[in-house]
Amino acid sequence: MSSNTLPDSAGTVIIGAGIVGNSLAYHLADQGVEDILLVDKGPLPDPGGSTGHASNFLMPVTHSKEMTQLGYDSIEQYREAGVYDTSGGIEVARTKEQMEENKRRVHSAKAFGGHAELLTPDEVKEKVPYINEDILEGGVYFKDAGVADSLQFGEICRERAKDMGRLTVSPNTEVTDIFTDGEEATGIETDRGDVEVEDRLIIAAGIWSPELAEMAGSRIPLTPAVHQMISVGPIEQFEGIEGIEYPIVRDMDHRMYERQHGGEIEVGSYSHPPILWDVEDIPSIDEAPLSPTQPPLTEDAFEESMEHALELMPEILDDPDAGIRHSIDGLLSLTADGGPIIGPLKEFDNLWSVAAIWIKEAPALGKEVAKWITKGYGAIEVDMEGENIARYEEYGQGMDYIEARSKEGFRKIYGTIHPSEQWMTGRPLRQTGFHDRLEKFDPMFFESAGWERPRWFRDNADLLQEYQETINELSRPHEWDRRWWSPIILAEHLHMRDNVGLIGDMGFGIYELQGPDALEMAEKITVGRMDGDVGNLVYTPVLDQSAGFRADLTVVRLEEDRFRFITGGGDAGHDKQWIREHMEDDMEVELVSKSSALGTMGVWGPKARKVMEDITEEDMSDEAFPAYTAQEVHIGDVKALAMRISYVGELGWELYAPMAQTGHLWDTIYEAGQEYDLRPVGTGVYGATGRMEKGYRLLGTELKTENNPVEAGLDFHGVKDADFIGKEAYVEAIESEPAAKLCTLSVTDHNPEGGVERYPLGGEPVKDLDGNVLIDDEGRRSYTTGAATGPSVGKHLMFAYIPTDVAEEGKELQVEYFDQDYPVKIERVGSKPLFDPGNERILS
Amino acid sequence: METLACIKRVADTGAEIVLTEDKQSVDASAVGYTMGPHEECAIEEAVQVVEEEGGTSTVLSLGPEDVEDQIYEGIGRGADEGIIMETDGEEWGPESTATAIADGVEERDFDLLFFGNESGDNANYQVGIRVAHQLDLPVVTGIKDFDVDGDTAIAKRDVPGGSEVFEVDTPAVITVKEGLNTPRYPSMRSRMQAKKQELEVLDPKDTEDRLQMQELETPEAEDSEAEVLGEGPEAVDNAVEVLEEMEVL
Repeated sequence: MSSNTLPDSAGTVIIGAGIVGNSLAYHLADQGVEDILLVDKGPLPDPGGSTGHASNFLMPVTHSKEMTQLGYDSIEQYREAGVYDTSGGIEVARTKEQMEENKRRVHSAKAFGGHAELLTPDEVKEKVPYINEDILEGGVYFKDAGVADSLQFGEICRERAKDMGRLTVSPNTEVTDIFTDGEEATGIETDRGDVEVEDRLIIAAGIWSPELAEMAGSRIPLTPAVHQMISVGPIEQFEGIEGIEYPIVRDMDHRMYERQHGGEIEVGSYSHPPILWDVEDIPSIDEAPLSPTQPPLTEDAFEESMEHALELMPEILDDPDAGIRHSIDGLLSLTADGGPIIGPLKEFDNLWSVAAIWIKEAPALGKEVAKWITKGYGAIEVDMEGENIARYEEYGQGMDYIEARSKEGFRKIYGTIHPSEQWMTGRPLRQTGFHDRLEKFDPMFFESAGWERPRWFRDNADLLQEYQETINELSRPHEWDRRWWSPIILAEHLHMRDNVGLIGDMGFGIYELQGPDALEMAEKITVGRMDGDVGNLVYTPVLDQSAGFRADLTVVRLEEDRFRFITGGGDAGHDKQWIREHMEDDMEVELVSKSSALGTMGVWGPKARKVMEDITEEDMSDEAFPAYTAQEVHIGDVKALAMRISYVGELGWELYAPMAQTGHLWDTIYEAGQEYDLRPVGTGVYGATGRMEKGYRLLGTELKTENNPVEAGLDFHGVKDADFIGKEAYVEAIESEPAAKLCTLSVTDHNPEGGVERYPLGGEPVKDLDGNVLIDDEGRRSYTTGAATGPSVGKHLMFAYIPTDVAEEGKELQVEYFDQDYPVKIERVGSKPLFDPGNERILS
Repeated sequence: METLACIKRVADTGAEIVLTEDKQSVDASAVGYTMGPHEECAIEEAVQVVEEEGGTSTVLSLGPEDVEDQIYEGIGRGADEGIIMETDGEEWGPESTATAIADGVEERDFDLLFFGNESGDNANYQVGIRVAHQLDLPVVTGIKDFDVDGDTAIAKRDVPGGSEVFEVDTPAVITVKEGLNTPRYPSMRSRMQAKKQELEVLDPKDTEDRLQMQELETPEAEDSEAEVLGEGPEAVDNAVEVLEEMEVL
């Protein structure tokens, strides 16, 4: 079959033959998918997209576990294909602050299974003889870093898939329309004829992806943006070199890189002002002098970068005979949070986006997406919630938002990003109905999935005095540890435990299943039993086919055939995607989103019942309203659903009311609460200190696709009779010994070597006393998933999965944080809370 | 020796050229601007002559403010000075351009005035010759080999079957063609320094052009004559078939 044949129909059609489309075509074929058609409007092997001008280097160690895993898997794939030069890479530090960041890189590498080691300036010079070490504090070296030939890899992928007889490639074929029947993508129109799509259509078209999604009446939220680069040569010292011989250098203080290739050196920058492009302005292949994604360099923007490069490598770059031989504004895809956009589009079951992916993740993501498509989400090995397009289902699809965040995010590339760092643009986007009430208490708002949530209230600073003794013991003297944090959080926590706190808005994702088959659907996706009475409240995992976590949420049975699901604000999209995927065609059930219709607040603390009794018509006693149940109650003028649960481990209620009435509801509770010293309390307590003391897990940090409920200590539901997704794997997990168990650790010495006390923030490797990172029988490394100070227990707490044979209460271990080991102790194995282990407060 | 290279800012285009709506110019908003390849050689020659003989090399361009990009490029490639003859952005014809340049440089003692043989876009082949005529200087065109011997310029051009060699006294106007030399790439340092250099700004007088451009049009796109017959061994059968049709086999 000629490679340029365009068939009338195909099972799977992939649009885009860049690194993503090629990787995906191969992996789909490799996993048994037949009849794949790969089309691109450009010629092969370089159809003119971002792959064609990519720098192609891989520095795999990041502060994200998933990205690190994907980077290493991609290296493996490039190596196996024989298209990877292992050159090593160095992130150099010109400042002490950057050197600190290098130390963090090392502990992230250890936590997530990469390699990184610190270098002195002289050691940097040894590896990169042309560097100006006089301006350096040092560096961090990644021995596995290197450069891939992404175009050749693409060719190899296509050849392999063609050799299996499963792929037809059609270059020079421009997709001009996408046909849909309202539920599915049914075909494509191209300038060479129409193609019927039998199974699925995948948009892997990089910067052009939004244009294609629009043809189907949908949206892929990304924007083309400029990454500037030049190539300088000939470099005298590189004469005679073919390929890559010197390590890639990243000049992190100035967000640049320098990379030797052959006799030249490429200088790339992310430090220039962000330059975004409208996809419509990108020239066609015929119009573009180089390629559509290589417009000419905007010289003024690059000037500062040149100065920095000359400072770092004067010996080779400040040579009058070394000329700028190539210079471009390379176009690539940016997204609102910098992550890829992957998954089925909301409107069409069989239309997928696989876009905004870098060379360093593409082969690995190609493999994972192929598994997701062919075998379901449970088959993937790397948790992809952070990449799932569904994260933007409920917000963040407006072009203004995407552009503002992309510009802001561009400045974060190569930047030192604090784990709690907040986005500043595109805010406020989602506000609760009592936002103005919150503002009266001078809140520090953090944003989550677009929602503005108060982290702490500066007006509560007076509480610092009251709890001075405890707080002084746990205050964080180091600037990094206390950045995006306040001791007021600890004061609010203690006040709530002594009195009562009013917490809101939680920014929940809320949706309901209703209809005759609502129970069947609810049972199908949850581990907990859904067939309890109306008012029954269940906290339950939602599992994928391998019993990995897909969600964890609270479900309340509102009516016989109506269930309300309460999930994290950022998780609602994923959950709904999951439910839609598993809703059978003949089921009579409707999925209704309520996230913006309902506002949420919680009244918690020993005096919560007194406050509520004063203002509710209903009996709020333990007999009339037992723990873990839900009832509709009338609070003043407002009818609300009250759920007697607590993520902070206190007596109290979570309240759900129509958004428009929540201001009034807040006023009623706040005013009644004054008699009981009620204070507004932020999510610093709700989402961190309170939950950590109580051993409450969080999706995406403790609960990921690679963990099952037994390991997480969330198997308390046992096995229900009804079938549910992941049941088989779940039963198997229950019947066997878990490889690791989620434990609560505490830091036992904050300054073992003297000096400033440090408070690890999560993401650090957990080691034995010999300094070896703990690894379980499945090869998973132990790292701290989350960390927060527990003022009621007087300890700084962390969660970590610990290999079962090591997981014993009292066991002494250590955690590496910024090149220093801190002794820690296992306080709890499993989900038993450290604070109030008998849950007497909740049950009181 | 004082040398001058005159250059024109032109759209950098691919195979297909996009016109502005009024069809008066090429829309280069997405593809950017450059100078013609002949003019890159003109700059290089102006620079090389000064490197060998001493003196000053100057780059001059007439056009809107943005032509400074190309002048800086020239300085980055080794020229010492830059002159911008700033217009309001309208495209000037070859006659008025030449008049303005000749007026502008008349009082200056340039020994060698290099031009591209023709501009990279309209290719009127006129400006260098007209400048020479107005300044009453000798001119040689289409030059692909150049040397200086004292006050004599030795310029060579290819003709079918051989070459013509001209010896002219300086000052002289030389219009050059790509291939004359290998233009150097600007170094990072020279490019940065170029931007810091102050350009001399002249206010050229617009005169009437007897040649008026009415409208641009792009030629009908011809169907590609290339057809992909396949890749690798799979293509053999198709290739044989075509060769047989052509009766080559």
